[in-house]
Amino acid sequence: MPNWLSNVVLPKIRAVVRRKEVPDNLWKKCPGCEQMLFHRELAANLEVCRNCGYHFRIGGEARFRHLFDDGRFERIELPKVAADPLRFRDRKRYTDRLKEAQAGLGSSGDAVALAEGRIGGQEAIVAAFEFEFMGGSMGTAVGEALIAAARRAVAHQAALIVAPSSGGARMQEGILSLMQLPRSILAADLVKEAGLPYIVLLTDPTTGGVSASLAMVGDIAIAEPGAVIGFAGARVIEETIREKLPEGFQRAEYLYEHGLVDMVVPRGQLAATLGRILSLLRDRERPHPALPVPEPL
Amino acid sequence: MHHFLDFERPIAELEGKIEELRHLSADSGLNIAEEVGRLELRANALLLRTYARLTPWQKVMVARHPERPHCVDYIAGLITDFVPLAGDRAFAEDAAIVGGIGRFRGRSVMVIGTEKGADTEARLKRNFGMARPEGYRKARRLMRLAERFGLPLLTFVDTAGAYPGIDAEARGQSEAIARAIETCLDLRVPLVAAIIGEGGSGGAIALAAGNAVLMLEHAIYSVISPEGCASILWRDGAHAQDAAEALRLTAQELLRLGVIDRVVSEPLGGAHRAPGEAIARLGDALDDALRPLLASDGDSLRRQRRDKFLAMGTPPPPQ
Repeated sequence: MPNWLSNVVLPKIRAVVRRKEVPDNLWKKCPGCEQMLFHRELAANLEVCRNCGYHFRIGGEARFRHLFDDGRFERIELPKVAADPLRFRDRKRYTDRLKEAQAGLGSSGDAVALAEGRIGGQEAIVAAFEFEFMGGSMGTAVGEALIAAARRAVAHQAALIVAPSSGGARMQEGILSLMQLPRSILAADLVKEAGLPYIVLLTDPTTGGVSASLAMVGDIAIAEPGAVIGFAGARVIEETIREKLPEGFQRAEYLYEHGLVDMVVPRGQLAATLGRILSLLRDRERPHPALPVPEPL
Repeated sequence: MHHFLDFERPIAELEGKIEELRHLSADSGLNIAEEVGRLELRANALLLRTYARLTPWQKVMVARHPERPHCVDYIAGLITDFVPLAGDRAFAEDAAIVGGIGRFRGRSVMVIGTEKGADTEARLKRNFGMARPEGYRKARRLMRLAERFGLPLLTFVDTAGAYPGIDAEARGQSEAIARAIETCLDLRVPLVAAIIGEGGSGGAIALAAGNAVLMLEHAIYSVISPEGCASILWRDGAHAQDAAEALRLTAQELLRLGVIDRVVSEPLGGAHRAPGEAIARLGDALDDALRPLLASDGDSLRRQRRDKFLAMGTPPPPQ
């Protein structure tokens, strides 16, 4: 029967063949426990391995969906900046790298995404780094975005939550990327001076210039389990001291033990934790004026 | 005997010849003096030509020249009654960062700088100018002390970068740098920073978020060393020269980009050829930069500094 053959058997064969062609998209191997994880199940679990708790990196969109109440938020457009101020070229032109990264992201964005909404009922703006975009590196566009986010937080009396996922400063912008260290710190200060919470949510990885600036000046610092957080890269340290690094070095749990973050919180509990912190910091029952806090000598 | 850099070889040869002739001139006639004079003119012309058009990579070499005056030399030459201060009051003293109070052209100031060390012993003691968290925390403590007594702050930056080590990470290198930058930006006293040799990334900006940032003519200031940049972006450290070009790390480029405020010219052939003169020139430039700031009140100084960094989002178009 030709009908049976073409309607039933052929599709089955095709399905088998196709599955062999694209298993990478449907199944992900967990770097933590080597189990194969089905993509839909993984997405439903906020990209966290059900077996071992390994936290996969996520981009801005997924971050926003799980942090904001009922997954409802509005995107904030990034301010425009001059692209490629140094006309930088290594093996590739920086402008080409930018175009590729933007194509990958499906927008004209950069290594950070902004959105506003409510978390635990509290108004909040979230700046989430996009690691997929040139390693989440911070250049002028990211600095400008953070300053814009801070100004908006002040205007709307909202908290600012920044979730870095970044290798550090964007080398292709040379010294201008280094200048984003003071600039991103100023963004945090704008929020703090207005008496609003500036909370950092350190995700994998938070290193280099991004860790030595906006990531380490939070009123409260929360880290995701297993996230690599530190100033110098592991390879650079090993080459400098000619020693193997200790197990768990520069991981979120290591930073917690060394007093560098307040807590390590699994992704599934982040929204609730943030909501609770925001409501405690911003006690509506007892509003208090924003006073500058004198720093001890 | 001078330490000559590779690209200075023709100059070294000429100067070697001059030396030889000088030794001869003791036991021979007048024509030699004439010849020496002629050669000296040639050597100077060559030096002038070479140093007027140093490539970025050559500037990297000059900025790291072992005989270039260091932070402690500027302090010795420019600051009288210097009282060094030590320690972060929490963990340790870090000799990679020098700090203290003293007098600059008659007025009390706070001085903070990174020091590489001039000989092996000093380099080890100073950890080659690479500070640990306690160094940045000491700097921060001294910044606040300066503010408490209304003392202007002068900083001298010469570092390959913050120290990459296990201990430094365990004690929060990132946090220490971030807080030092934050404190620079918050101060209600004038902050004039000078990049005197190598301005290496986070370790440099930790002391250099100032009202005015000066840079010596052949100093460099960059987000990453050219070697580091080459090994990441070119996947080959041998491309350091290309990286040095691409990064635009020279004083002249940084002035154009609006990241620094003034380039301070060096003596002919670089600061290492005439350290005394280099130190005096930077002294004059620091005085020029500091003078107008002294007329401002603390809040204006703080605002001016913050506005300056906030405005760095729109660099001039590339040339």
